[in-house]
This record gives sequence, structure tokens and C-alpha cells, in this order.
Amino acid sequence: MRITCTVNGEPQQADDVWEGESLLYVLRERLGFPGSKNACEQGECGSCTVYLDGVLACSCLVAAGQAQGRDVRTVEGLASGDELSGIQQAFLEAGAVQCGFCTPGLLVAAHDLIERQAEPSDAEIREALAGNLCRCTGYEKIMEAVRMAAAQRAEAS
Amino acid sequence: MTAPTRPTGAPQGLTTPVTAGIGASPLRPDGTAKVKGEFAYGSDMWTDDMIWGVTLRSPHPYARIRSIGIGPALATPGVYAVLTHEDVPGSKFYGLEIVDQPVLAVDTVRYHGEPVALVAADHPEIARQAAKRIRVDYDVYEPITDAREALGHPRWNQVHNAPGKVSELSRERAVLHPQGNLVRHLKLRKGDPGPVADVVVVGEYEVGMQDQAFLGPESGLAVPAEDGGVELYVATQWLHVDQRQVCAALGLPPEKVRLTLAGVGGAFGGREDLSMHIHACMLALHTGKPVKMVYNREESFFGHVHRHPAVMRFEHGASRDGTLVYVRAQIYLDGGAYASSTPAVVGNAGTMGIGPYVVPNVQIDAYGAYTNNPPCGAMRGFGSVQAAFAHEAQMDKLAAELGMDPLDLRCRNAMTQGAEAPTGQVIDSAAPVEELLRRVQAMPLPPARSADGEVDLRDLPGGVANTTHGEGVVRGIGYAVAYKNVGFSEGFDDYSTARVRLEAVAGEAVATVHTAAAEVGQGLVTVEQQIARTELGVQRVMVHTKDTGVGSGGSTSASRQTYVTGGAVKAACEKVRDRALDVIQQRIGRLVPDLRLDGGKVVSPQEGVIGDLADLLGDEVIEETVEWHHRPTEAVDPETGQGFAHVQYAFAAHRAVVDVDTELGLIKVVALDCAQDVGKAINPQAVVGQIQGGSAQGLGLALMEEIQIKGGKIRNPSFTDYLIPTILDMPPMRIDVLEYADPHAPYGVRGVGEPPTISSGPAIVAAIRQATGLALNQVPVRPEHITGT
Repeated sequence: MRITCTVNGEPQQADDVWEGESLLYVLRERLGFPGSKNACEQGECGSCTVYLDGVLACSCLVAAGQAQGRDVRTVEGLASGDELSGIQQAFLEAGAVQCGFCTPGLLVAAHDLIERQAEPSDAEIREALAGNLCRCTGYEKIMEAVRMAAAQRAEAS
Repeated sequence: MTAPTRPTGAPQGLTTPVTAGIGASPLRPDGTAKVKGEFAYGSDMWTDDMIWGVTLRSPHPYARIRSIGIGPALATPGVYAVLTHEDVPGSKFYGLEIVDQPVLAVDTVRYHGEPVALVAADHPEIARQAAKRIRVDYDVYEPITDAREALGHPRWNQVHNAPGKVSELSRERAVLHPQGNLVRHLKLRKGDPGPVADVVVVGEYEVGMQDQAFLGPESGLAVPAEDGGVELYVATQWLHVDQRQVCAALGLPPEKVRLTLAGVGGAFGGREDLSMHIHACMLALHTGKPVKMVYNREESFFGHVHRHPAVMRFEHGASRDGTLVYVRAQIYLDGGAYASSTPAVVGNAGTMGIGPYVVPNVQIDAYGAYTNNPPCGAMRGFGSVQAAFAHEAQMDKLAAELGMDPLDLRCRNAMTQGAEAPTGQVIDSAAPVEELLRRVQAMPLPPARSADGEVDLRDLPGGVANTTHGEGVVRGIGYAVAYKNVGFSEGFDDYSTARVRLEAVAGEAVATVHTAAAEVGQGLVTVEQQIARTELGVQRVMVHTKDTGVGSGGSTSASRQTYVTGGAVKAACEKVRDRALDVIQQRIGRLVPDLRLDGGKVVSPQEGVIGDLADLLGDEVIEETVEWHHRPTEAVDPETGQGFAHVQYAFAAHRAVVDVDTELGLIKVVALDCAQDVGKAINPQAVVGQIQGGSAQGLGLALMEEIQIKGGKIRNPSFTDYLIPTILDMPPMRIDVLEYADPHAPYGVRGVGEPPTISSGPAIVAAIRQATGLALNQVPVRPEHITGT
């Protein structure tokens, strides 16, 4: 089948998509957006998290056909060209990136949190990121990064 | 923590010294690509005409293969190849320490998930469907699933002070490998063989099988080359040990099997053994096409070795004042179907089995056995993790028996510099065990839960599941210490190779560091840059792609890379610097005493800045390659376990605070604080990141992580059923980093990665015991262990 959708603001088309493919597979293998990651492919780890029409979704659990005509935003769409978004810069500076495999999904989820909520408490950050597994950091530096990005965003607005 | 280091004697005020040298925490060179989603992991490798490989695995833990029928699979449209053991061009077996594991099962499968056949097709789903059409006719056997049973050893209740004799009868009846089921028996004998003590405590302990659960699944791309060789892009921990095994299996010389490190999504020991490496190369060479293989999470659970489960019996004897008199221990490690690194894990569990304590009389028997369980090998902490659950539980038990404070008991017996380990080895650098314990003890405690105040469910065991408002919840505090060797031990020639180049590029002096040492997320690439900046006084340092185009970097394991590859980079930089100074002095036509490189300049203490390094280098390219070995260790005596086995020891201490819902058996870790000596923090931020991440993996083993095996079959190969800590499971972690330089190590560094994984779990279990009064002899601690239901 053919899928057309918008990815990071640009129209995209994938041909010869097998009906069993996920949005994650189409993004990674057919459209050239490998940033979303394939750590569990059953919605447990969050490393494939994307915005689908502005709402967080595990792209591994979205059948490719369900993305037809919809708007997808991936980790590749968070920066403006070479300028990183606040949450990306904070992850770098706080040391929240080790192997980085969980990072794309965590960035999208944390981006969503600080867009929704000006100054999230620690408990709220933990709740918002509970669907994203990280095996390297023990999450402390991820907490620091989100606090940092949220504070900078609050200061800027 | 110290400020960025300047070369000794560099004049002040003459140059702007390099920033981001050792002791600083510069940004990772791969960080921007990682946050932009542009960093290419093994599973992101892609070429135009690539096809996909999949593995058919055994559904049985133990069976003879009568026949394999590949016809229908091969006839599937879109399929390019179906391969079995008959297609392995070279050696049909491989292995890290013992060559015992079939590339593809030959006539017997010995574990659930053992690779049997391979399929390549133009879509991964076509390959998977075709693999289901391979007909394997099995003659299924009863699996051996218990390490002691495999060795013919009796259970504890039949034996007291000594392990049972190995029953030849049993081994003959159920031998899994030609040499029998014993992989290694480490015997350690120190002091009086029949000591007596005032107070004796005995305990039996079990540790479950933990999975590394790195997030980036096994993956890579094999590309056939025009010279008949193959290029393999793969996520791994040690390119050269992979290359050696792949070459043997393919029957190709090393120059025809070229490996490049693909992005690695975590490792933790699980990538020390081969996974898809040989398989992808076989398919690529067979089809003449690039072949990509990516395991999904379920296959990943079958596709790498795990942490050895252990059953252990410890007996501690002490005098009334709490001085340890003796320790006797038997440690059984289930190695599963193939050896992997079991011999070394047994070595660690045995030689470090009693923890960082001074004990005059020690008798340890550590065994590694073959069974039909999944193969076990390296995981962070490597043998010390298992033993620590036992020796730390014993210390608490002994303290209770003596009526002593558990911390005081530990400190009374704590190792110090100059102490003798059970191997007879004298600890010849800092061993601040007591200080580490006292430091975590002195850290502020989290506030007590208010008895009548507002309840935030998120602070309680069970969280927003609303299982308690505080009723039935008790708090406990526990302590534990970790003790781990750094680097490869027991006489292994452990080295790393570094190639460093210095040249002027567009008017700027630039260094390039080339090693094959795997970056797996820990930040070695940052450390390599920092060392080169400090040693060569240049700001711009490029890290060359990691590949087999340079000599071995050794394994990214055993907490060794900053020490050993760091040592190699430092040594190569020093040679480059010496040559650069020669070149410069020739160029200026005179000798200048104490000439140094700093801030991109050539500097003399007497004359100040002589000139720009880039200008003085001109078109000279200075390159040096150094193979750097740490000081040698020696094999331990086979009868007594005595010897200079380990190059360096690392120590950490944890304090855990837990809340336990005694009615439901739910546990919330409230705080998990750690003090660790790292010798010298080359990158303080990364050091803290390692300690926090390592602590989390210890928490996982203590509370939730276990591969469930029944009859040799893995029952929970998914992140739905195998739980790793989420951000809700992790408490805040306060980290205290000590820097007592090791005079034997470059910059005084001490390995960092593993110790926190060793002590965090035992501290948590100790805290649960303190809260509940339960004995808790098994990890992970399950709800039913708390509730008794």
C-alpha cells in the first residue's frame, strides 16, 4: 500500500508498504528517519516516541496505515536546523546522554512535558517520563536536564 | 574534584591553556548527533541493496537434531539464502575463552534459543516467515537445569562444612560437553584449614539470572568486499576478539575481515560474546549482498549471555569483639550451555568472594557448571555481584548475632592499603573501605514520612496504584560495600593500542586519536579527547572511527578502558609530543630547555611563547602508535588460589533507605546514596553518571530483574515481563566521589563502572531486612518473600 503523511513539516510518501509494518518501521526503513529507536517494539520502552497529530505515541504500536494523512513529528524535528531545542541542549549539558538509545524518545516525551507545563515538579517529571526506559543513567541526570530545560523555558517566556 | 590539569611547569599568563582537558567535563563529541537522532547505531546501518538476515532458534533446551529441511524456506519468494552448520566455511565452533559454542547447531542443541539456521530475504518479515518453514526434526531430551545437579554435587541439606565430591557417575550420565560439566573450580585456601571461632553464622543465598537489557538490540551490517573478504559494521565491546572468532568461522585471514564499530546502544557485558556477527558475514558472503541483522527484543533475550545465577553457602566465624576469624564459602555459578566467560567469572567470584575484609583463614570453592540453561557470561560486576549479596548479608547477620552495629562490624574488619587479600595479594594502593562507609553514613537522611500529614501517593510503595496511604509501611536503612578487580586478571596480557597524530590543519594544530576501544555509551570518546588535549596542549582533538585498522583496544569491560586505553592514548601522546618538540627545535635551529606544548603554542618557561604550534609544525605530520600494557598479573595457584591475580581493586559503599509495604510486599527505594573512590576523575560528570547508572542496575537485580526459567525455557523474554527500573523506581542518588590516586595507574585512575552495581543491591536488601526483620536470602526480593504468602 501507499502511505502519505507529514513528517517534521514535510510531506512524505512511502510505496509498497506491507500492511503489517509499523509507523516506526516506515519512518526508519522507508522514509529515512532513523532517529526514533527500536528497543522493544511493544510499547514498553518509549524509545520510538513521536508526536502523532501533536499527541505522544509509541510509533512501534501505530500501524503504518494509521498514519495516513496525519502529522508526525520525530526527534529529528525538534531542532531548528543546527540550533538545538532547549531540551536537547539540556540533555547534552546535564550528561543525560550516555549510549543515547533511549534519548530520542525521552527527548520527545520531555519536550511534550515542558511545552504543556511551565514548571513541573520532580514527581510530575517522573510521572511524565515513566514510559521511557533508560538503562545507562539511573535517570538522575535526565531529571536534571528536564529541570534545567523547564527553568530556562520559564525564564525565557 | 580538581580543576582542569595544566602540564606541570607551564608558564602562567603566557598562553590560554586548553580547556576540556582531564578533570573537566566537556560535552561528548557524539552528543549532538545523539540528541538530534542522527547518531548511527548498528540497527541504523543502511545500504541501497541490502537484504535482511534472521535466525532460526531452537525451541528446546536440549535435543538432538535428526534432520533439517530447508527446501520450502528456500523456495519462498524474496528469499536469497537459507544456511545451516553445513555452510560454515571454517571452524564450526567459537567462544571467548573456550571454543565450545557452535556457530549454528551441528547435531545437538543445548539451550532454548540456540541458533540452528539462517535466512536472508529482501524484507525482514519475509525472512521470518521463511524461517518458520524450515523443518527441524528434534529428538528432545530431558534438560539439566541445576548447576549442582550437573556436577553431581549434593544439595546443602546433605552437606555441611564441605562441598560434595564430584560424582563421576552423575557426570557420565548427563555430560553436556566432552570434558564433563565442570567449567571451572576455583579453590582458595588461606590460613588454618580448621579454624574455630566464638560466634559462627551460616547462610545460604540465591541470586537470579539478570539480563543486561541494553536498549539497542544486537545489530549490524555485513558488506561483501571485492577482495573476497567482508566489512562488518557492528555494535560490540571488543572489535578484535570478535574479528578473531569471525575469521576462524569464515576461514579468512584478519586482513579480509574488517570490523568497524557501529553505534552501540549500551552493552554492560552482553556484547562481549558474538551474536549476529558470523551469521551476517556468512549470509553476505553467500549471497554477495550486504546483509543487515537486527534482533528484536525477544530475540535479544536469547541472543546474548546473561549474568550467572548463583547458589551460595557462606559460613563466617568471628571472635566476640567482632574480629573475623574465618570464612568458608561454596559458590555455584550456572554457566548455562556454553562456557562464554564463565572461567573468569568463577575466578572473580572466588578471589573476591568474601568482600573487602581482612580475614586470616579463608576456604572458598567456586564452581562454574554447564547446564541446559541459557549461556551466562559477562555482566557489569562479573562474579562480584553474586558474591556480594552473600557476604554483605553475612556481615549483617554476624552483627546481629554479636549485638554489634553492622557498620561498626564492617569497619572493624575493613581492608586498608597494605592488607592481604584471600589470594595473598597485598593491596598496594588506596582501599578506603571504612571512609567510604562512614561517608555514606554521614550523608543526610531523607525526611521521615509524616504519620498524620498529607499523603502524596507517589511517595509510597505502589505509587498512584493507590495501594496504601501509609498503613503497613515500614522504613529501613541498609549498608553494603563493593570490591571489584579492574582490568583483565590472572595473567592475561591486557593491553590497548592507540595511534595519535598531530598536524596543522588550516592554521590550527589538530590531534587525531585512533583506537579500536569500543565506545558503548560510557564516554570513552570524550576521555580520549581530554587526554590528548592535556598531553598535547591542543584544543581540537578528533576521535577516529573505531575499527580494526589499528591494533586491539582490548575489551570495553572490567571497568578498564579509561585505565588501559587511557594509558595507551597518554603514552602515544607523550611520544608524539617528544617528536614534535624535536621537530620544532630543529626548525628553530637550537635546543630550548623544558620546552612544552600548551594552548596551541610552543612554550618555554624561560622565554615564554616561542610560537604557534601549527606554524612550527608546518607540513610535518607526526604520528605514533603505542601498545600499552598494564603491569602483569599472574595465574593463581590451582590448589590454593594464591597469587597476584588482579592489577587493581576498586571500592564503593552504598546506603539505601527503603519503605516496605508489609501487607502487599511492595517496596519503594527512598534514597540510594553512594561513595566511591575513583582514583582520579578524568571526567567528573561521566563518573557520576556511571555510578548512578550502575546503582540502578543493582537496584534492578535486588528488586525486580530476573529471567524466569522453567525446564530450561525462558518465560519472560520481553520488556513487558522482564522489568528494569523506570524513572519512578529510582530514588534521588547522592554521589560522593573520592580521588585517591593509584600510583600504578595513568593519572592515578581507578576503574569506575562496576563497583556501584555490586553494592547498591545488597544495601537495598539490607534495608528491607532492617525494616521487616525478615532473613531474605534470595534476590530479586519478591512480594511473596515479604508477605510470606
